[in-house]
Amino acid sequence: MNSRYIDTLTPSTQKDTRSGFGVGLLEAGKANDDIVALCADLTGSLKMGDFKDAFPDRFYQVGIAEANMMGIAAGMTIGGKIPFTGTFANFSTGRVYDQIRQSIAYSEKNVKICASHAGLTLGEDGATHQILEDIGMMSMLPNMTVICPADFEQTRQATLAIAEHEGPVYLRFGRPKVPVFIKNDAPFEIGKAQTLTEGNDVTIIATGHLVWEALLASEALKNRGIRAEVINIHTIKPLDEATIVASAKRTNCVIVAEEHQKIGGLGSMVAQCLSQHHPVIMDQVAVQDSFGESGTPKQLLDKYGLNAKAIESKVESIIHALT
Amino acid sequence: MELHEISIQIRRDIVRMVHGAASGHPGGSLGCVELFVLLYFEVMNIRADQFDMDGLGEDLFFLSNGHISPVWYATLARKGYFPIHELATFRKLNSRLQGHPATEEGLPGIRVASGSLGQGLSVAIGAAQTKKLNREDSWVFSLHGDGELQEGQIWEAAMYAPHNGIDNLISFVDCNGQQIDGSTKEVLDLGDLQKKWEAFNWHVLQCDGHDFEDLRRAIAKAKKNRGSGKPTMILMKTEMGKGVDFMEGTHEWHGIAPNDDQLVAALDQLNSTLEDY
Repeated sequence: MNSRYIDTLTPSTQKDTRSGFGVGLLEAGKANDDIVALCADLTGSLKMGDFKDAFPDRFYQVGIAEANMMGIAAGMTIGGKIPFTGTFANFSTGRVYDQIRQSIAYSEKNVKICASHAGLTLGEDGATHQILEDIGMMSMLPNMTVICPADFEQTRQATLAIAEHEGPVYLRFGRPKVPVFIKNDAPFEIGKAQTLTEGNDVTIIATGHLVWEALLASEALKNRGIRAEVINIHTIKPLDEATIVASAKRTNCVIVAEEHQKIGGLGSMVAQCLSQHHPVIMDQVAVQDSFGESGTPKQLLDKYGLNAKAIESKVESIIHALT
Repeated sequence: MELHEISIQIRRDIVRMVHGAASGHPGGSLGCVELFVLLYFEVMNIRADQFDMDGLGEDLFFLSNGHISPVWYATLARKGYFPIHELATFRKLNSRLQGHPATEEGLPGIRVASGSLGQGLSVAIGAAQTKKLNREDSWVFSLHGDGELQEGQIWEAAMYAPHNGIDNLISFVDCNGQQIDGSTKEVLDLGDLQKKWEAFNWHVLQCDGHDFEDLRRAIAKAKKNRGSGKPTMILMKTEMGKGVDFMEGTHEWHGIAPNDDQLVAALDQLNSTLEDY
C-alpha cells in the first residue's frame, strides 16, 4: 500500500464523488475570481449550491438547454473566464457532442465540462441516463483532457487541478456514496498515474469507482498468494503510458476495470498502448456492449460484473492462462 | 476609401478566392458584404493589427454561419488583420484560411470555430456575459443565416439572452430566403421572424442589408437598447449572390465555385478598386 496516497484500507467515511466536486469548485472559486459556473437545472445534483450561494454573480442557471450551455461556456472564455459546466454525464457528452467538438475542443477553449451521475451507479433512473460511452467520446476529441477520479477526496483535488490547467477538460464523477480512501494531502498531478499497491503477479488498472473495488480485490488476492499491482488511472487522457508499460513489463498480465463500455474506454486505450509498446495478455472488467437498467448501484455493479469479485475472478483466469 | 469601393474589392476577392479553391460559398458571402464592411471599417472598435483572443476593451464579432467565410476573410485581410496575399490560400492545404473559420491555425480575427450551424449565438452570448463581468462597455455582434434558424440551439440561446440581461449584443440574420435545397419557404418555412424574435423578448429591427445608410440607422437604434436588459436582433434583408448578376437571387450559388469563364464574367461586373491580392 502506497502511503503517499492511502493510509488505510478500512476507511471510516463514505461520500459521493460529486460532493468532492462541489467542495472543490467552491475552493477553486475562492482562489480565482475568473472561475464561473454554469448549470443546466441540476444545481443540487451537481452539488453546485455552495458555489452559487458564495458567488451568485458568477453562477449561471441556463435551464434545460445543454447545447446552449456549452456554447455560452465557450464564449465566456473569451475575455478570460474559466467556465465550469455542470450536468449529468449523459447530457454533458452525447447530447452536446458537436457543441463540444466545434466550440470547445477544436476552438481550444478553457472550459471544464463537469459531469456527474456517470455510469451504471446512477442507479434507478435506468439506461436513458446511465451513460457508458462518455470516456470514449471525450477521449477521441483532440485537445481534450479526460479525468475520472476515484473518490470524494480525489474529485476535490482534481477539481482544483483542472482550474489551474489551461485547456478543455472532461471531469467525470458519480452519484453514490463510496469509501473515501485517498488521503486529503495525496499528490494529484494531471496525467500521472498512481500506483496504489505494488506487486509482481498482475497489474490491475482501474479508474473511477472501480479503483476501490480493485484495492479490495488485491487484498483478497493477497490471501491467495497473488500480489497485484493496483494502478489508479485518474487521468485517462493523456494516458500515463510509461507507468502502465513499466508495470506490465514486471507482471506480464493486465486487468483493466472501469464503469464504462468495454469498447472505447480505458480498457481500449490500455490495449492500444500495450499492443504498441509491450504486448501482454490482458482482460477487461467493463460493461459488455449493452445498455444498463434500473436498480440500486450495488445491484447493478453485481449484475454487470463490475466489482471486486469480478476483478478477482478475471485475475485468476488470466494468471491461470499464463501458467 | 469609401465603404462602397471597399465592398466592390471584397466582392472581387470573394469570387477570386472561391474560384481559386474551386469550392466554397460565394452566394451568402456576396450577400453580406455591406454588413462586414460597415462593421469592420466604421462601427466596431477594434485593434486589427494587434489581435488577441480575449479582445478586452474591443468590440467582438462572431460569424455563426461559418460557411460564408470568404467575406469574413476578405474583410479581415483588407482591414489589416493578416496579409491580403494570404487570401490566395483559402481552402488549400496548410492554410490558415480553413474552409470554415477556425482558431487552431491562429488566423487573426477568428475567436471560435464555426461551420456546424446554430452554435454562434450561444458563444456570442457567453462573450457578452464575460464583457459584463469584466465591466466593459464594448459590444458583441453576431451574424446568422436565416436557414440556420432551423437549428434548435438558436432558440435555446434566444430564450436565455433576455432572461439574463444581455443587452450588449447586437445580432443579425442574413435574410436571403435561400438554403442549400431551395428557398427557406419550401425547405422549412421560418414563418414570421419579427414576431418569433419578439415573442422571445428581443428587440427586433429590420433593414436593407445592402444599404449602408439603413444598416447604420438600424445599428444606431440597436445601440440605444443598452440598459434595457434585452439584446437586439436585426433582420437584414439581402440578396444571395449580390453584385454578380448571374449569382443573384438563387440558391444555386450557395456552395459552388465559378469556372474560368464565369470568373471573367463576374469580375467584369466588379472593377478593381484596391489592388487584387
